[in-house]
Amino acid sequence: MSADSPAVAHGAEQAPYRPVFVGEAQARLQKLFEQYPTKQGCLLPALWMVQEARGWIPDEGIAEVAEQLGLTPAYVKGVVTFYTMYHTHPVGRHFIQVCTTSPCNICGAEEVVKALLAATGCGELGATSPDGRFTVIETECLGACGFPTPVLIDNDFVESITPERVSGLLQGYK
Amino acid sequence: MSDLVNLTIDGMPVSVPPGTPLIEAAKQAGILVPHYCYHPSLPSPAVCRMCLVEVEKAPKLMPACVTTAAEGQVVNVNSPAARKARESVLEFLLINHPLDCPICDQAGECELQDYVFQEGRSGSRYDEYAKRYNPVEDFGPDVLYIPNRCILCTRCVRFMEDVAGEPVLNVSERGDRAHIGIDEGHLLDHPWAGNVVDLCPVGSLISKDFLHKARAWDLDKTASICTGCSQGCNITIDTRDNTVVRLRPRANLEVNRHFMCDTGRMNYRWMNRGDRIEAPLVREGARHAAVDWDTALDRVAQLVRGTTGSVVLLASARLSTESLAMLKRLLEGKSLRPAVRIPVGEEAPLAGVSGLALRRDRAPNGEAARMLGYGTDWEATIAAASNAALVVVVDEDLTEGEAAQVARAKAVVVLGTVEPQVMASAQVVLPLTNTAEESGTFVNRDRRVQRYLQARAAPGMAQPGWWVAAETLGRVTGKDHQPTTAALAFVVAASAIPALGGLSHESLGLTGQLARSGAEPAGAGATS
Amino acid sequence: MGYPYPSHARETVVLSKYFGDAAARSYDGWVKRGGYEGLKKALGMTREAVIEEVKNSGLRGRGGAGFPTGLKWSFMPKSVGPGRAHYLVCNADESEPGTFKDREIMRWTPHGLIEGCAIAAYAIGAERIYIYIRGEFTEAWAIMSRAVAEAVEAGALGRNVFGSGHRIEVVLHRGAGAYICGEETAMMNSLEGKRGNPRIKPPFPAQSGVFGMPTTINNVETLAAVPSIMMRGAPWYKGLCLSSPKSTGTKLWSVCGHVQRPGNYEVTMGTPMKDLIFEMAGGMRPGRKLKAVIPGGSSVPIMTAQEIEDCPLDYEGIVAKGSMLGSGGMIVMDDSTDLVYQIMRLARFYAHESCAQCTQCREGTAWTTRILERILAGQGKPEDLDLLLDLADNMTGKTICVLSDSCAAPVVSGIKKFPEEFEAYIRHRRRPASSGSAPTMAARS
Repeated sequence: MSADSPAVAHGAEQAPYRPVFVGEAQARLQKLFEQYPTKQGCLLPALWMVQEARGWIPDEGIAEVAEQLGLTPAYVKGVVTFYTMYHTHPVGRHFIQVCTTSPCNICGAEEVVKALLAATGCGELGATSPDGRFTVIETECLGACGFPTPVLIDNDFVESITPERVSGLLQGYK
Repeated sequence: MSDLVNLTIDGMPVSVPPGTPLIEAAKQAGILVPHYCYHPSLPSPAVCRMCLVEVEKAPKLMPACVTTAAEGQVVNVNSPAARKARESVLEFLLINHPLDCPICDQAGECELQDYVFQEGRSGSRYDEYAKRYNPVEDFGPDVLYIPNRCILCTRCVRFMEDVAGEPVLNVSERGDRAHIGIDEGHLLDHPWAGNVVDLCPVGSLISKDFLHKARAWDLDKTASICTGCSQGCNITIDTRDNTVVRLRPRANLEVNRHFMCDTGRMNYRWMNRGDRIEAPLVREGARHAAVDWDTALDRVAQLVRGTTGSVVLLASARLSTESLAMLKRLLEGKSLRPAVRIPVGEEAPLAGVSGLALRRDRAPNGEAARMLGYGTDWEATIAAASNAALVVVVDEDLTEGEAAQVARAKAVVVLGTVEPQVMASAQVVLPLTNTAEESGTFVNRDRRVQRYLQARAAPGMAQPGWWVAAETLGRVTGKDHQPTTAALAFVVAASAIPALGGLSHESLGLTGQLARSGAEPAGAGATS
Repeated sequence: MGYPYPSHARETVVLSKYFGDAAARSYDGWVKRGGYEGLKKALGMTREAVIEEVKNSGLRGRGGAGFPTGLKWSFMPKSVGPGRAHYLVCNADESEPGTFKDREIMRWTPHGLIEGCAIAAYAIGAERIYIYIRGEFTEAWAIMSRAVAEAVEAGALGRNVFGSGHRIEVVLHRGAGAYICGEETAMMNSLEGKRGNPRIKPPFPAQSGVFGMPTTINNVETLAAVPSIMMRGAPWYKGLCLSSPKSTGTKLWSVCGHVQRPGNYEVTMGTPMKDLIFEMAGGMRPGRKLKAVIPGGSSVPIMTAQEIEDCPLDYEGIVAKGSMLGSGGMIVMDDSTDLVYQIMRLARFYAHESCAQCTQCREGTAWTTRILERILAGQGKPEDLDLLLDLADNMTGKTICVLSDSCAAPVVSGIKKFPEEFEAYIRHRRRPASSGSAPTMAARS
């Protein structure tokens, strides 16, 4: 997602990568292995575990997953870059995705985007706000077309967002 | 036999074994179905959509690379619908593919150029903003990737994953942002990675070694055999103005399919060496004088005739079968101890092709030498040489220590390409052609006899080893009927090796034949 | 409907009976409402009998393809060979623009889906079900996770389902943002830990599917219909039919866009489309006229206001009117809609989602988008329309999957049925009402 990822990592320094699949996470991974006939089948769930733990998937995370699953880093990278929900750059503390595909588009989704860009201080899509709090992107159909405009903030799926409701919505996300 | 499948392609009847894809069946009718992602040595993903053909009764155009020939099928490769589909694929490819032809190495051997010329639109209708741009990437020891030119056929990805067994190339991202990707920590240093450059239909993956060296249409192409090891991969030697500029694999389904290893691929600079022995040299006192061939050969014949003691023949396992056979015949009547040196190196198999590897045995013709009765106990033979009446060293560079031992022999004759270590002590020094400058055969480790043809003109007065031996033999015996061509010299070899019976240069063609299994004359020395 | 409005009198409430009823989510709540009786009944029948029942009901795939479900199940090998495990995959990747029914099934009646999956798994000889839920459906994921855990605890899933001796287990698999993974062969690749590339067919999933094993993939709505078919019988389901006899049962129509009451409406096959829009969904907003309807998710041809006047909501009826039932995601557009802009936005959607395998799709979706962006920017040329139509023709019927065709559908139907909208831009230099929020595809290159 080269166009939608921020061009520059936000202010905070990046701490050195700590392995994810230790202790309880390793136990969870072992359980995952039981649920798929191949280790490779666990690739998407394993990548989710890294993103959940670290906020994004750095190259070291790709290498760690590759090693745990017996794949090459290049292979894992090819998969990571296919799926748009995996971040390959650090993003704001809260990642905001707004649907602007036609059913929502004809119900004012683009106004919601503009309102969010202004209220978060991000200014442009894909950029992280100066305080590191938010990143806003447009996304394709979120499957809530009857309740425009749906917005996915981190793991919170909220619906019927209008420009008026934007500031209230952001209150809950420090 | 009668369970062949019969169908019609472009009006021509075709019969193929069950399971044959239409793209292969069409070859029988002499039709090449245009394609990019298909390759007979790779799994078929049917993604380029170039090979769509019309099949009667099928509702949609079918990809010929994965559609199996069926009884009674009527296939039309060049129907208006199929042509339009191909034309559209070419137009789609060209909307982002830059017009790099003037600076692109692939020009002249580019499948995009070829098909666009053959059936593309004369002008593109793409009138939008600039084409996508991404910088050139260095993929490793020899390979550069130019993303802008990539048509996403994925042959390179499939080669590394399925044939090399090392998935180090991927497709990254999606849609028209997709490109080939690599992990920085693991570049293309696989021993067989260079094949991705051959596989790439366009100039997206290119060789740094060949970068901007020559234009494809300036090249002369000659069928040859790789000299890097005993596998005997079939290759093409590309020369420009008599200089070897590139080696590429040549298809041989029995030996190397469509591939060659990087060690063999890069091993050609020695073919161009200029520091050669330029003329026959005969020792006069402390120095060597350049003479004509007659004088030199007379001198060698004299030495051979006059030798009554032991004769040691130290030969290179890179010599042709013809040369090895004639040299042995020349010295046969004597108390002869012939040997070849077999260099060794690390084996590197190509996982996805059974029976194909860069071999530990790094000599291209060790097998013929063994069949002819040459020993491989080099060290012991060198030791024996120090007491010999006559030592003949042929195209093998000796170490300082080896040269010192050989120098103690009563007489030394050297045949070689470059000035040998043992020059000072040699009575006669004769200039030889190297593999690229002559025609001959090698026998590979699987006992396959394969021809190589002459790719560049021999420098100076150089001649092939078999010719030198034949001419000398004629002078020694007084018998005139010595072989005057490599093909005739091969006949001599075949008479000395029962396993080669029935084979000839003509019968070998350009894909070779297996030697018969059978007894060889008892060989001296250990096999390695 | 059930949520957020009560069901309309003209709905036939089967799947949506408990939409809006939070108590239906739990295992106990579902059992109280008659849940899991269908599974128990199926376990007492032979597999062939279950398949036969579903065949006779006339149930067809509700994800978009409309393939007869019982027939699809019958393609699986009759017995499970050594080392040849059977799999059921439930397609919960709902990403077709305009469609939002599967998420309702999952968040209101998760056990209904689980029950349907279990019956299907039993029928096809599968012991493991993968439910592939798109990554963005975080709420559905949480609800389904809880429901699966409850079902296991209650013995409705596990090694010995309801003491029958049969083993059925569910694995939830989270997607990661790719519309194309809703295509059944791409979904299988995604489950295997690969890029979501569609596969060429043959081989077909029932012979060589996920992990190379015999596999059946069904949509959420399809599977959710199975328990009631078991309980009330195939003749009942087949009788739910107002028009074409090949279209039976109920369909959840996700009505969205410019209507007063957007939401999911469950109607009997053959119900008139205009009744759905104007009566049940409340019709147009004040002062607005209907301009266009995309009945089955964005991949089907656009219909004009005229064409929907006498169109029954079933597979054959909509095809006869030049479009398709598809997923049942009905996007209603009134006269405030800039159709050219929306067609561009749809083309951009397809260009984003193209997996990049096939040349026509990879390049054609982006090219189509750029031409439309250029037209919207006031630089359109008269030749552009013929070019768009020719590109659409080159993109149709030539690729591994139909994403390419889906991009062509709104373009072709838009140009053919609403030429004046395009002329306004090209000849009369109209400007779009909105400047849009995202950079154009051209600017991204």
